[in-house]
Amino acid sequence: MLHTVNKSPFQTNSLASCLKHAQKGDAILLLEDGVYGALKGTIASGDIWSKRVELRFYVMSADVAARGLQKSQLIEGLNMIDAGGFVDLVVAHKTSQAWL
Amino acid sequence: MKISILVNEGPYTHQASDSAYQFAKAALEKGHEVFRVFFYNDGVNNGTRLTVPPQDDRNIQKNWSELAEKHKLDLVVCIAAAQRRGILDEGEAKRHGKGEGSANIAPGFRISGLGQLIEMGIESDRLVVFGD
Repeated sequence: MLHTVNKSPFQTNSLASCLKHAQKGDAILLLEDGVYGALKGTIASGDIWSKRVELRFYVMSADVAARGLQKSQLIEGLNMIDAGGFVDLVVAHKTSQAWL
Repeated sequence: MKISILVNEGPYTHQASDSAYQFAKAALEKGHEVFRVFFYNDGVNNGTRLTVPPQDDRNIQKNWSELAEKHKLDLVVCIAAAQRRGILDEGEAKRHGKGEGSANIAPGFRISGLGQLIEMGIESDRLVVFGD
């Protein structure tokens, strides 16, 4: 299953809810303000770091750039993708859940 | 693959309309079929031809209309959500006595009911949701 999170973890609980419900092998895409969840060294980083083996994390690179963030500021090992990569993720997973 | 898109947020609110548009464009570029885009709640505001954003800003409504024309997309606006927000086609404008020329549905969009959302969920291989 593909999960999409488009809100910052400092604004809503959607990332935390998503990570609680995601099953082993699921893909998580952080997009729009959701990319703030990919920052390292924040109170929210630990959640992603602890799930980095059982879940696969993807980050929309254009949304990272649009917020003036550098890849070096993000948690290591996340996959940076573009809109085409988003489409590929949707195709690769039978269902997708938007954590709005 | 047959993909449908649900847009629940208005343009220029956060980023959902932009993300949905970029996703639809990328899917079409990859050779997938976009079966339908359904605009619900504030998402219906994507479908008014009266938007006039500054010239140096993206024109989200126009982007949708152009994409629809190029790829024969089915852009559907929820009727109940549209009426609440003043999005009318010729028929609805007349039915509610709004006067001639008050129809403001944008080119490439059509007004219909929630059945279209259910149908696209059944007919498509994938349904992707963008919203607030």
